[in-house]
Formats: sequence, structure tokens, C-alpha cells
Amino acid sequence: MTMISVRDLRKTFPIKKHAGGFVGSLASLFRSEYEGEFEAVKGISFNIERGEMVGYIGPNGAGKSTTIKMLTGILVPTSGEATVAGMVPWETRKQLALKIGVVFGQRTQLWWDLALIESLELLKYMYRVPDDRFQHNLNTATELLGLEEFLRTPVRQLSLGQRMRGDLTAALLHDPEILYLDEPTIGLDIVAKAAIRDFLSELNRARQTTVLLTTHDLDDIEQLCPRIMVIDHGDVMYDGGLSDLKQRWGGRRQLIVDFASEPDVAISELTNGNLEVISIDGPRATIAFDRDSLSAPEVLSRAGAYGDIRDMSLQEPDIEDVIKRMYAGKIPAGV
Amino acid sequence: MRMYYELAKRSFQQQFAYRAATLAGLFTNSVFGVMLSSVYLALYWDKPENASVGGFTAEQAVTYTWIGQALIMPVIFWGWWLIIDTIRSGAVVMDMLKPMDYFRYWLSRDLGRGAAQVITRGIPTLIIGSILFDLVWPESWQRWVAFLISVPFAVTVSFCLRFMFNLWGFWLLDHRGISSLVILVTGVFSGHLLPINWYPPAIRDFINVLPFRSMMMTPVEIWLGQVSIARGLAMQVFWSAVMIGCCYLVLHFAERKVVVQGG
Repeated sequence: MTMISVRDLRKTFPIKKHAGGFVGSLASLFRSEYEGEFEAVKGISFNIERGEMVGYIGPNGAGKSTTIKMLTGILVPTSGEATVAGMVPWETRKQLALKIGVVFGQRTQLWWDLALIESLELLKYMYRVPDDRFQHNLNTATELLGLEEFLRTPVRQLSLGQRMRGDLTAALLHDPEILYLDEPTIGLDIVAKAAIRDFLSELNRARQTTVLLTTHDLDDIEQLCPRIMVIDHGDVMYDGGLSDLKQRWGGRRQLIVDFASEPDVAISELTNGNLEVISIDGPRATIAFDRDSLSAPEVLSRAGAYGDIRDMSLQEPDIEDVIKRMYAGKIPAGV
Repeated sequence: MRMYYELAKRSFQQQFAYRAATLAGLFTNSVFGVMLSSVYLALYWDKPENASVGGFTAEQAVTYTWIGQALIMPVIFWGWWLIIDTIRSGAVVMDMLKPMDYFRYWLSRDLGRGAAQVITRGIPTLIIGSILFDLVWPESWQRWVAFLISVPFAVTVSFCLRFMFNLWGFWLLDHRGISSLVILVTGVFSGHLLPINWYPPAIRDFINVLPFRSMMMTPVEIWLGQVSIARGLAMQVFWSAVMIGCCYLVLHFAERKVVVQGG
């Protein structure tokens, strides 16, 4: 069953000239001058099935938030179609609100000055969650996220990790069919990140909740999302599995080798089909190699023929780097 | 409806979080109450006892002052920009993603806030005023009740005005330009700055056909017996209804602005 279906969804924003001062502000109420248009989302299409967990990734300003805003109904697209849980979001925002949960990592829907439980109980009335359902969901969250130690603490006194766990619980009290998460682990320590990831996996397994997750954290994606969509400059650049993405666009690891002194310039001759000497900077050489056909010790031993090695470090390709490459359209050698 | 009651309740509780601020505010209101009362009393200094200026005896003028100080926090006559803050921070997005009526959400929050402020600021201010000066009290228990009913209506009209000024923020994203306008409109037109009767007849008649007097002047008149209970409350109900209608109209356009152009 398709939970989210998007066809040629497009959103452009007018770029407004800003008038200054009181008179300027008043005038801008009646007449605005526009400098042009900015195309935030350029006609994207995709389907998400019930129970899928999809990572939606891309650099800042790529169009992720705009897409999510359209899928929650608070933004009307310039053109295109979308249905979410069988509804057109921007026509049925308030009905749809009962079926979706939203967490923005940088914001909170909790009441700052009140105990966490007060906010959760308010949501119970807001979403008309039956008592037994509320209690059940609260118990589950308490157990998996360890809420009981701060359930009665004012939200303003919670740590970021605790607040995030509270926000996640708040978004799920009404058993939403779809959960939108925008940077849910941003700024959290490893323990809090792990707790949240485990909780999301369990939720997805037990309730078949469909999850659309934006993140800059590659570990979030690796542990949670069998499928990822990469968006940049308003376009879907990639839609598929993570390993496939790495294979196609960023399969190379980098070995940084520090020699005792400048290595023999002939080291650049090492470059062949599955290995590339990217740079030689004084005593430091950076070598990229294909993870499938070469091992790190093998590359290291080859480099050792050109100088006395003092130190080395190995870098895995990171997601930002992968996206940068995709955008540049540069397929690395040997892949 | 239960949701809105729960919202008001939480907003009420929230007001008790900052005790030091409450005490400091109470002190400020009292100092201003004393200063303004002294000014009014000076005005009546050489007049015979029970002389009336613009329909107010000296005691009534002092009472007007203290009611005005007591209503500052419950009703709020200036400087309330919570909604604009949510628009600027983007938190408004979370509010709009809720299965609730956006206007009623804020109205119930504000009524809860106002109720708490009646307890923490309104009543203590009047008690301090009555200790320091001779105040006039409502002449019957019906007027006491009518005054207590008129306060939530004053809050409602004030809230509607503040709501609309805040929604302006959907376009301006800033309140510095309109702050001065708000102070003028609410201070003068509500009767908080001076009793409306004291303005020249042309200005007075103009202010009297505006909704803003429901925020301050009407409750004072109900207290002092200068208007019949029925007429006073009827005016407030009428203006509350009109203002709420205006709020929904403005909200309609503001929402459209957000959903079409983005926050």
C-alpha cells in the first residue's frame, strides 16, 4: 500500500525586494517588488510504501524541508500532485494532522515552563487519544526511551537528548501512520542517538509506521534506512539503497600516508584502474582506492616502495562527499 | 472543547513559573498607581468635596487609576509579540500542523494567562491601592459579578487586537514598526491613558464608537456604576464578536500567505 505518492511536485518562491523602515513596511503590504523566482523543488516524483523507512538527504537548502512542508500540507506546491495516507495534504491539512507525526530536531512542541507530562497529556486531548492507547504509548516510550526520570521535570531544564526523547514521544502518542523526522539526532551524544535509533527501529517493526527522515548523520541512515533519496538543488539525484549509492558514487576510501620526508615523485605512477594518487603535499600523500578490489594494507605496502612511512590514516567516504560528487557529475575512476 | 480548556489550564500554570518577575511587576504597578493617584488628587485639590471632573469624583478617579494598574497584566495594553516570535523562529509550523483551530488555540492560552494574572497581579494591585488610598467599591454584588465577567471580555477584545497585530508579522516578520502604533491605539482608545470622557467631545465621541474601550473603560464604568450592567456587558459581547470575526478574516489571509509563499 502506497503511503506517500508524489508526482512532478514543484515549488517556486518569489524573491522579494525588502523595503526598509516603517513607511517601506507599510507600502510593502500593498505592493511588493519581486526580483525573480527561486525554484526550491523542481518537479520531483517518488512513492513510499507503508512501513518503509526512507532517508531523505541533501545539503542545506537542497529542498528537503520544502518537500516535507508540502507533504504535511502547510505549503501548497506551485504545481504537481501528492497524496499522503490517501489525502491531498494541502487540501486536508487538519485531517491529515491526525495521521502524521512530525519532529523537527531544532524545534520543540513541548511547553517550556511545564513538566514534560503536562505537554504529553495536552496532546492526548488535542488528538483525542483514548486513555488506554495513551497509557500504552506512554509506557512503551517510557520503557524504550527512559522517560520516567524526567517526566515531571520542566522542559526548560531537560538536556537536549532528553528533550528530543520527549518530542519523539509527543509525536507518536496518536499512533501516526507516517512519521516525518527532520534531523532527529542533531547535537545529541552517542547514547541518546542510539536510544532514538533503537526506538525508531522498534516502532517501525511493531507498528509498520512509515518514516521519512532527513539527516546529515550517515550513521542514522546506515542503521535505519534501507532506502535513501538524495536531493540537491531541488532535484532527486538518487533513489535506492545506501550500499548501491556508495558503490556508484563514493566507493573509494582514502588512505593518507605520511612519509618521513617527501616521497619519490614516481609515487604518482601508482595510479591505475582501481587506485589514484590524488595529491602529494610535502611528505603527505593522499591515495584513493576502490574498496572492493584493494585492501588498505595492500595499498600501504605499495606506497612503502616510494619512501619511509611514518604514519597513516584511513577515511571512509562520507555522505556529504558522495553528494558533492554526484552533483559535480564526476564518477570517480575505477568505479 | 476539552482541548481548549486544557490549553488554558496549562497557560494558567505556566504563569506561576517566575515568581520574582511577578513581585517586581507588582511593585512597579504600585509605584505607578501612587504617582498617578497623586496627580489626579492634585487636580481636585482646590475643588469642593464631591466635585466632579468629566463625570469622575476624586475618589472615582483614583479608583480608575488602580483598576487601570490592576488590569495591565491581565488585559495587556501593549507589547505582546508571542505569535510574531513563533513566526520568526519557525515554531508556527508546529502549531499549524496540529489538528486544532489556530485562533482558538491562542485565545484559550491567553484567557488562561489572563486568569493567572488576575490572581498574581490584578487582585494584589487593588489590595495595595485600597490600603494606600480611599477607593470606591462596586455598589452592589451584581456589579461585583458584572465586573468579574467584564474582565474576560476585556481580555478577549485585547487579545483579538494583539492577535491581528501579531498576524501582521506574517507579512512584516518584525514588530518594531508597528509597536508605536499599538501603544497609541490601545493606550488612548481603550481609556487606559486617560478617562475617555476627559478628551474633547469630538475625540471622545469618536473613541466611544470604537471597540477598544471594552478593554478598559467599560469595566471601569461597570465598577463605578457609570453604565448599566446590561449595556456595559452587551457592548463588550458585541465587540468581542466583531473582533473575533475580524481575527478569522485576517487569519484566513495570513494562512494563505504562509501556505502559498512559505513562512
